Amino acid sequence: MRISGKAVIFGDDVNTDVIIPSKHLTSLDPEELAKHAMEGLDPKFPEKARGGVIIVAGRNFGCGSSREQAPLALKHAGVKCILADFFARIFYRNAINIGLPVLECPGISGRIEEGDILTVDLEEGKIINETRKAVIEAHKLPGFILEILRDGGLIAHLKKRLGGMES
Amino acid sequence: MGKTVSEKILSRASGKDVYAGDIVVAEIDAVMMHDGMAKLVIDAFNEMNGRRVWDPSRVLIVIDHVAPSAYEAFSKVHKLMREFAFKHNVKFREVGSGICHQLMIESGLVSPGSLIVASDSHTCTYGALGAFSTGIGSTETAAVLISGKLWFKVPETIRVIVDGKLPLMVYPKDVILNIVGRVGADGATYKAIEFTGSTVKSMDVEGRLTLTNMAVEMGAKTGIIEPDEKTYAFLGSIGHKADSGFRSDEDAEYSETLKFDVSDLEPQVACPHRVDNVKPISEVEGKEVDQVFIGSCTNGRIYDLRVAAEILKGRHVKRGVRAIIVPASRRVYRQALMEGLIQIFIDSGCAVCNPGCGPCAGAHQGILAPGEVCISTSNRNFKARMGSPEAEIYLASPATAAASAVTGEITDPRRFMREG
Repeated sequence: MRISGKAVIFGDDVNTDVIIPSKHLTSLDPEELAKHAMEGLDPKFPEKARGGVIIVAGRNFGCGSSREQAPLALKHAGVKCILADFFARIFYRNAINIGLPVLECPGISGRIEEGDILTVDLEEGKIINETRKAVIEAHKLPGFILEILRDGGLIAHLKKRLGGMES
Repeated sequence: MGKTVSEKILSRASGKDVYAGDIVVAEIDAVMMHDGMAKLVIDAFNEMNGRRVWDPSRVLIVIDHVAPSAYEAFSKVHKLMREFAFKHNVKFREVGSGICHQLMIESGLVSPGSLIVASDSHTCTYGALGAFSTGIGSTETAAVLISGKLWFKVPETIRVIVDGKLPLMVYPKDVILNIVGRVGADGATYKAIEFTGSTVKSMDVEGRLTLTNMAVEMGAKTGIIEPDEKTYAFLGSIGHKADSGFRSDEDAEYSETLKFDVSDLEPQVACPHRVDNVKPISEVEGKEVDQVFIGSCTNGRIYDLRVAAEILKGRHVKRGVRAIIVPASRRVYRQALMEGLIQIFIDSGCAVCNPGCGPCAGAHQGILAPGEVCISTSNRNFKARMGSPEAEIYLASPATAAASAVTGEITDPRRFMREG
């Protein structure tokens, strides 16, 4: 899987309350959630993300609550992939489960600037900075996580691999 | 090689001999969801063609985040939850019952040695009873409802040893804030934190629950405390006999051991907008507050309400400040009524709301206006957590919160120490 897009930079400890403030959890519609993605940090983010971007962040991205609305809001706002030094664990699992690629890449935050064009090769665990002609190595994702992402998330994955999970 | 409590629980639940770093598929002992996530869980359950819940007796559904509903959108979610709960015959707690984590504990679904997941990050709270419990997302919760299983990476464990006798009017909340301040918001990411030491051993289970509740604020997968006679006595007192559980081996491997001496600890305050931005009260005193919140899965239990009432008794909340008190469960509420605590709160001018998440959920009660300041006994002070991103939240113990309600500014509760 190769993903390309413009980099949007965020700092350390971006938490789920700024990704999607809880007052918007009253909405059940992912498109409505997307309108408020990152509202706590940058109310203009949905405008910026339209058409597809790659988030580049620092340490502990997605810390805080277990709300799956956080990766959902980002995905529907146009985020194609998130690169960070490392992620908070529930956000990390949630993003994979909804089919939003996340890649751990220690030291990434200092090496990419806002607006750089990036290509991410998920299988190889490589990030190509097209603007600066540089290649950055990330932690490769394990095979079973790549499969979930290729299938578009956990639900689609289970349907495809198991023909539906019937109890 | 010896094992930690977490390695023992995940070995038992997976039927394999596992250590930190191993990936396992484990059998889940109980699962819970609440109204903040239920719509996504139920949608995913249906999308996966879920027909039956694997074991209805191990499932609890709670309406607590926006309870009673303040919006039509949530009323629809609540309706969906009731229909799902009754159709599948799972345990269900209606509006007014209390906070999901407190209800999990009171329901008897949590016992030492059990493996529990729920679609809420503060699921780590149950570790105070010697369970391995962790928060998961809504899609995974749906998968657990269907299959009763989930994959885990067995975590490394950080051992936190707390020693020393707590000074007067310094509480478990001050201890955990002090620990979070030192470990940092990401200092325990992907790991388990095992709390031990003489302070933890002499602490009531209610106080231990405050410690483990905030493990996730350091990024931890769970917080855990070895069960002891206090654990079993506590479970007995709420009508649940248990004799299960594990203790860590002497030669268990820890990724790190951190020592804390709390014998001279001052009351602690987490300042905006980070839970690890922790300062001793002496550096924060005098900051004016608009709202005081005493409650939440961190500090809404009877022990906490007693501490707050001790300070508020015979005093009044400062003019211009609103103080909101929310008991963690109906059981706690009833006990507080019997002890006369609710009367103290009412007489002092507090707003006592029905059991639930209250202002901490940031969706319906006690929403802050831009520029306002709240001191809260809950666990998160992130921007936009309780309303406006331009509001500020300070986290503290019930004693510090109650003292601040009286003066209208952040106040050292030791100023209210009573004679005898």
